[in-house]
Amino acid sequence: MSRIRRSHVLVAALAAALCVPASGVAAGSGLPTTIGKGEGALNLIAWEGYTQPQWVKPFEKATGCKVTAKYAGSSDEMVTLMRQGGGTQYDGVSASGDASLRLIYGHDVQPVNPKLIPDFKNFIPALKSPPHNTVKGVHYGISLQWGPNTLLYNTTKVKPAPKSWSVLYSAKYRGKVTVPDNPIQIADAALYLAKTKPSLGIVDPYELNQKQFDAAIDLLERQKPLIKKYWALASDEIDLFKNGGAVVGASWPYQTNTLIAAKAPVRDLIPREGATGWADTWMMSAHAKHPNCMYRWMAWVSTPKVQAQQAIYFGETPANTKACAVMDKLAKGSAAQYHCGASKKYFDSIRFWKTPVADCGNGKNTCMDYTKWQQAWTQLKG
Amino acid sequence: MAASLDAAQGLSRRPPGRPTRAARLRLSGLFWRHPWAKALLLLAPPLLAFLLVYVASLAALFVSSFWTIDPFTSELRHVWNLDNYRTLWEAGAYHSVALRTIGIAAAVTLADAALAFPLGYFMARVAGRRSRAFVFVAVLLPLWSSYLVRVYIWRLILADDGVLNWTLRKVGLPAAHIGYSNWAVWLIFTYVWLPFMILPVYGALERIPESFLEASRDLGAGAWTTFRRVVLPLALPGVVAGSIFTFSLTLGDYVTPLLAGGASSQFIGNVVYDNITTQQTPFAAAFATVPLAVMGVYLLLARRLGAFEAL
Repeated sequence: MSRIRRSHVLVAALAAALCVPASGVAAGSGLPTTIGKGEGALNLIAWEGYTQPQWVKPFEKATGCKVTAKYAGSSDEMVTLMRQGGGTQYDGVSASGDASLRLIYGHDVQPVNPKLIPDFKNFIPALKSPPHNTVKGVHYGISLQWGPNTLLYNTTKVKPAPKSWSVLYSAKYRGKVTVPDNPIQIADAALYLAKTKPSLGIVDPYELNQKQFDAAIDLLERQKPLIKKYWALASDEIDLFKNGGAVVGASWPYQTNTLIAAKAPVRDLIPREGATGWADTWMMSAHAKHPNCMYRWMAWVSTPKVQAQQAIYFGETPANTKACAVMDKLAKGSAAQYHCGASKKYFDSIRFWKTPVADCGNGKNTCMDYTKWQQAWTQLKG
Repeated sequence: MAASLDAAQGLSRRPPGRPTRAARLRLSGLFWRHPWAKALLLLAPPLLAFLLVYVASLAALFVSSFWTIDPFTSELRHVWNLDNYRTLWEAGAYHSVALRTIGIAAAVTLADAALAFPLGYFMARVAGRRSRAFVFVAVLLPLWSSYLVRVYIWRLILADDGVLNWTLRKVGLPAAHIGYSNWAVWLIFTYVWLPFMILPVYGALERIPESFLEASRDLGAGAWTTFRRVVLPLALPGVVAGSIFTFSLTLGDYVTPLLAGGASSQFIGNVVYDNITTQQTPFAAAFATVPLAVMGVYLLLARRLGAFEAL
């Protein structure tokens, strides 16, 4: 008895000795508690429009971290780039929910300490520890912005104004429809089926069993003859709407903003079935060479001013509630337009992108994982 | 005196001079006696680069097509299997992609041959010195601008509200809805690869001696018979040589289908690219061997038709 107790004491003492915090590192977790000196450089993978000179230039001036950014066109590309060359090439990535979990479980990103981000406390509650970037209470990144995938249409050619996603699946606009060239688009079909074919029992458009998945693919197969083009770049869709190639399509608010700025007769909406959407997170590579600059960057893009600038530029909603006032100062009415500080009800109405996995969330492992989604999408386009 | 004579004859006792000079002499003697040694020395650097860069990467491509990817960690698993080829064989979607790619490559080649022949004939046999130089420049000039720029320009021309339909409407014809379709892909490929067909066809036509045509006429053959029995057979190797370029360039391209294609315009290259961005590299490698095999067969056929003599 006494021997066991002695060994317990020994283990405890050893553990305590190991836990004596090195300067700047939190006890136990190994997370930094202060941001050290910047390393002078920062390499990022970002969505187009996420590293505009408007807020990158002042950041470089303030921190001395020279930003080099590479744009990625899809979540798949982001994951590939983050793994390239042993993961040391890039310090951070603006990952959407359908990439973030893949990066976490692939050990490509490292835990971060949200206490080092002063604006974190001003984030909407839903984005402080969302399931797409926080696993078992460990934060693997700092939420950035979010928004819905919208239905975009030409106001002079599409009459009456659409209220439902059905306009993308009906023959009325045959050859004038465009949707993203992205496997995650299957979720849009599933969301539509969840409302129009309740018998399938689709609860979560990212958790589909074989039967539900087949129904979604079948719907997309029937949509294919109506499609003018599966757009790969946002600029492709903008061209299609400008040149009359497409009059209705699945889109992001960014395209709507760009087209309206070019005086094109377009409008967008969230149809009555609801919408899929994205919630992006800045994540730090597990092998980041410039971690201090990355922390400084995450703190910088969380500030109300930068959050507002990016929200207006891209057409999305900031995570920081303090950004709303700045948005209205920069462009009157923009806070309301992009639902800044929106209610939990609105936030919950958007089905955010996440990586489909075999685990259906109900104890069954019968759901189609993302590899299946990718294969089905390639074959659909074939 | 004796020492300076020695030095003048290169027989000085200074240690560095004698062996290098002697070695140089011996080396040049060796090259004179064995010409193959000289050829080897000349060819060694490019041959080494060829083996390392070209053959080795092709071998790596082929070998990796027999491996698989772990679905959870996306790591390469070095387990030999034929799964990738089985998927290629069994999934109908990949058949249609391969057939579309080969079909459009063949259609582009035929269209380019049909366009290049009269132009090449004009350059070789009809045009004067100055107009020939002008046509030469006109043929080669587009190659000076970026391929991407030319594809984007065609995309604008063929768009529904583009230059083509604007012109058609002006002359009272119905609009052509060929923007973002396989028609657009075919048209753009035909345009961008045309110079690669014109040059070998021109070369082949220019080499036909005028006397052959005169002889044919003297023997009573009409223009059509002369063309069919003399010009065409002699120019054919040039056409086949040009077709190697137009066919293989179309077969391997993925940018034009991506930018100008419609909903069903995937080429083999697009599927390969998609699989690489999703880290399915072994499957990409397996599909990439298909155009290699097609080109192998094509080159064998081309050799039998005498294309390599025309290059």
